[in-house]
Parts: sequence; structure tokens; C-alpha cells
Amino acid sequence: MAPTDNQNWLALFFDKVGRYSVAGIEEIGNGGVLVVESFFWLILGPRRKQPVRLGSIFAQMMEIGIQAIPIVALLASAIGVMLAIQGIHTLRIFGAESRVTIGIAFSVVREFSPLITGILVAGRSGSGLAARIGTMKINQEIDALKVMGINPTRFLVVPALLAMLVMVPMLTILSDLMGLLAAGLYVGIDLGISMAAYFDEVRDILTVDDVWHGIGKSVIFAILIAVIGVVNGASVTGGAEGVGKATTRSVVQAISAIIVTDMIFAFVATR
Amino acid sequence: MAEDKNTEQPAQGPDKAQDKAPGKVIEVDNLVTHYGEREILKGVTLDVRENEIMVIMGGSGSGKSTLLRHLMALEMHTSGTMKILGQDIEKLTAMEMFHLRKKLGVAFQSGALFSSMTVGENIMLPLYEHTDLDPTTREIMARMKLEVVSLAGFENLMPAELSGGMVKRAAFARAIIMDPKILFCDEPSAGLDPVVASALDDLILDMRAAMGMTIVVVTHELESAFKIADRLTILDKGHILMIGTVDEVRKSKNERVQNLLNRMPEDDTIDPDEYLGRLTGEEIGGDATL
Repeated sequence: MAPTDNQNWLALFFDKVGRYSVAGIEEIGNGGVLVVESFFWLILGPRRKQPVRLGSIFAQMMEIGIQAIPIVALLASAIGVMLAIQGIHTLRIFGAESRVTIGIAFSVVREFSPLITGILVAGRSGSGLAARIGTMKINQEIDALKVMGINPTRFLVVPALLAMLVMVPMLTILSDLMGLLAAGLYVGIDLGISMAAYFDEVRDILTVDDVWHGIGKSVIFAILIAVIGVVNGASVTGGAEGVGKATTRSVVQAISAIIVTDMIFAFVATR
Repeated sequence: MAEDKNTEQPAQGPDKAQDKAPGKVIEVDNLVTHYGEREILKGVTLDVRENEIMVIMGGSGSGKSTLLRHLMALEMHTSGTMKILGQDIEKLTAMEMFHLRKKLGVAFQSGALFSSMTVGENIMLPLYEHTDLDPTTREIMARMKLEVVSLAGFENLMPAELSGGMVKRAAFARAIIMDPKILFCDEPSAGLDPVVASALDDLILDMRAAMGMTIVVVTHELESAFKIADRLTILDKGHILMIGTVDEVRKSKNERVQNLLNRMPEDDTIDPDEYLGRLTGEEIGGDATL
């Protein structure tokens, strides 16, 4: 009996869902292997006379961290001011605008700093990593590394991963400071609270746990950005167009992963 | 089964007498490889002797690039055996493979120079990674290799600032920086004008004479192949049509060999798997890992 149109449509639908699921699981698997392999080379590389080069790590730290300072500072300040404006506007309804500092301090340190820093690094460096590895793949540079006896994970991935692990939390701390400072300036102008009084209140409100909450997230974001960038770069086929697609996919996946992880982290950490 | 009728068994005649001769640096026996369901190499048997230039020829889709990737130990085969410098690559540990790779040099078709590094840094990279030489010695060695390929003075340029022929020369310099025992060259003259291509052929001959290495070249350029080859391996649709010296190949009565030499188009029907791959846009043999 020949299948009806509906049966065909259903079969195609499930076929597509199956294919995407398998591809997704494969990518997650590749990412996991990459992380394990990276730590393997980091720890055992020197014993095998293939150490991870400090120069490469510092070069990546410059690219991922130092060069991102202006944009992270600018956006963190904007977020701080935005939170202050919204907070004052909302609390004014209850006549409690002087309590705005509580909302700003918790929101900036626990949520917005790691989130905005993660999204920025994903857009700047995660995409760059995917594009770089994708271009190297289509130009046979990855093959060249292999035949020269240079492990591509050790040479390309570990420096980027380590640089992310150091610089994303550092940028998050910078973002904390800039966000709180900019919000404090706005609060001072709008409510007439002095900066000293504002920071005293911030210090009273925040605990070390709150700061670690944000930094802990940023460490997870760093791993996600690096792994997603590399996995997408390594999957490039089809020349320059393929590199473009992989770069876009890397940014979308990294930002999605960051936001979902942020939600899960917030849920788990507040239980 | 016209293909079988036309196929000359490899290593016949003069090869047979030398089968037991010492000095084989590459031994491939009945190599079969698949990309997905598709069989690419269908029982390839060949050997490459010390200090010879072996040219692997064939039309597009004949499997010559795949064979080269296997010879470079970049991919693993489905069945058969392959020994490089006496070591069965299937049985090598990661460390043994690492040490073996240091004895191989590869000049890729595109050059595959790292675009973020200068020409000098590209050439010094294997020394930087595998030796404890001080920076000055590395620079001296890189300059020496650049002189071998007639690129002295170009070490501070970026790869993007070089012409196509210069990129290939720089790739040769990087490939020979560790004084490899075997040099693999993938389409060295592809995309170059005849004068530059001829100069690269001379360079390959000079490198063999100067450094005494074994060279395996994959090319579809007949002129270039006849100029540099000690022996040629002719591949067709994953089979070896014949292995022989330039004279033996020229005099071959094999119809397909003659078609290749005379650049005669063949009345081939398209491989159904390949056609399906084109329709679905699926890349056969794509690898999503590093």
C-alpha cells in the first residue's frame, strides 16, 4: 500500500528531527571530548615534550581580554545606568527609590555583569575563534599542523580555552565595577546620594557569595564560548560560505547556551 | 566489467624482481578505504623506494588525493596494511605516530601557510615545536631552507604578500625544515603558469639531489610528472592501473592509461552515490573534528 501524503510528511518530519538530534548529540560529544583533550594536553603536554606555549596563551589573552576592555566597560556602564533608571522609576511608585541600591547591586553582580560579558565575548572572540579555525581547516592549515606532528587541540584550542578561563572572569569583575560605578553616578545625580554612601550600602548588601556567583557563571560561560567556537570552526565545509555560516551558528549557539546556563545556574544557586 | 579488463596488475615485470629488495620506505598492501558507504580506494598495492620520486597520477575523482592523505597518515583505512619507514601505521601508538610524523614533510596544494605568521615564523614552527634550538639557530636554519627554495630575504613577509609560486616555495621550505625522510607534495604545479611550474619541478629534483630524500608527488600535470618521476603510479576510480617508469607508462597498451596520457575524455556514467551526494548537498568524507 502506497503511503499517503500525510504519512510522507510525517516520515520526513521525524527523519529531520532525528537527523538534527543526532547532529546535536554529536556536537555535544565533540565538545566534551575537546574539553577532556584540552586538559589532557595542558597537564601531560610537557611530559610528552609538547607543552602549551605561554606566548600563545598571552596572545589569546590580549585578543580576548585586554582588547575587549573598552567595549565591556562601556556596555557595563550603560547597563548600570539603565538598571538605576528602571529601579528608581519602579520604586518611586512605592516611594522607596532610596532602596534602589539593593536591586542594582544584586542585579549587576549576580546577573548582568557575567551575562553581558559572556554575550560580548561570544560575539567578539567566540565568533573569531570559529572563523579562524574554520578558515584554517579549509586552507589545510589544520592538516599541516597534524603532519608536522603538532596536535591542533594543544596548539589552537588550549591557549584559547585557557585565555577564556582567565579573561572572562576578569572582564566580569571589571564589568561589576563599571556597572556599579555608573549606576552610583546616576543614583547620586538623581537621588542626591553621595558616592561614599552608595558604595557603603553596596558593601553592606553584597556578600562574597554574590561575587562568586557571578564569577562562577563566567567560568562556565568561558568554557561554553571556547568549545562552541571550536566545534563550529572544526565542522566547516564548503569554503568561505561555510566559514560564514559556522561563525553565525557559533554566535547564536554560544549566546543561547549562555542564557540557558545562566537560568539553570540561577535556579540551582538560589535553592 | 571493462575496468577489470583494462587493469594491469601493479608491480608486474621489473617491480617483481625488486619486491624483496631493501630500501622500501612506503609499503601499501591491498589498501581499501571508504567515506561513509562509498569505497574510494579499492585494494591499492604499491611501494615507494628510498630516494626515488614517485608520482601518483590520475584524473579527477581517481582517489589520488585520498591515497596521499592515507600515505601522510591523516586518515585511517578500512582494510589492508600500510607501512611507512617500516612501521605499520595502524599499530602505532600516539607517541610513535608523533615521532614518525617528524620524519615526514608535506607541501600542500594551497601551501597551507599560517596566515597569522610571517614566512620565517611559518618555516621555523616545526623547529620551535620539536627542538630545543635557540632562536638564532632557528633563524639561520630557516634562512638556509629559504635559500634552497630561492626565497632568501622573504622571511619577514606575510603569506598574503607572496605570489602563488612563492607560497608553494615557502611551503616546500617549511616541509623540509626538519630534513624529512619522505616529502609529500600535493599538486605542486596546480594553478601556476608553465614557467613557474617548471621551476618548481626543477626545485623538486634539486631537493632530492641535495637532501637525498624520498619524494611522493600527486599531480595531474603530465609534463611535470614525466619530468620528475622515477616511477609513476596511475590511479583510476580507486584502482591502480599501472606502476612503472616514465618509459613503461608511455609505452603502456592499457586503454585507460593512454586515454589519460592523450587527455581523452572517457564515456563515464556518474557514480550514483556521488550524484545523490550532490543532490542532497551532503559532503562525503567531511570530518567535523579537529
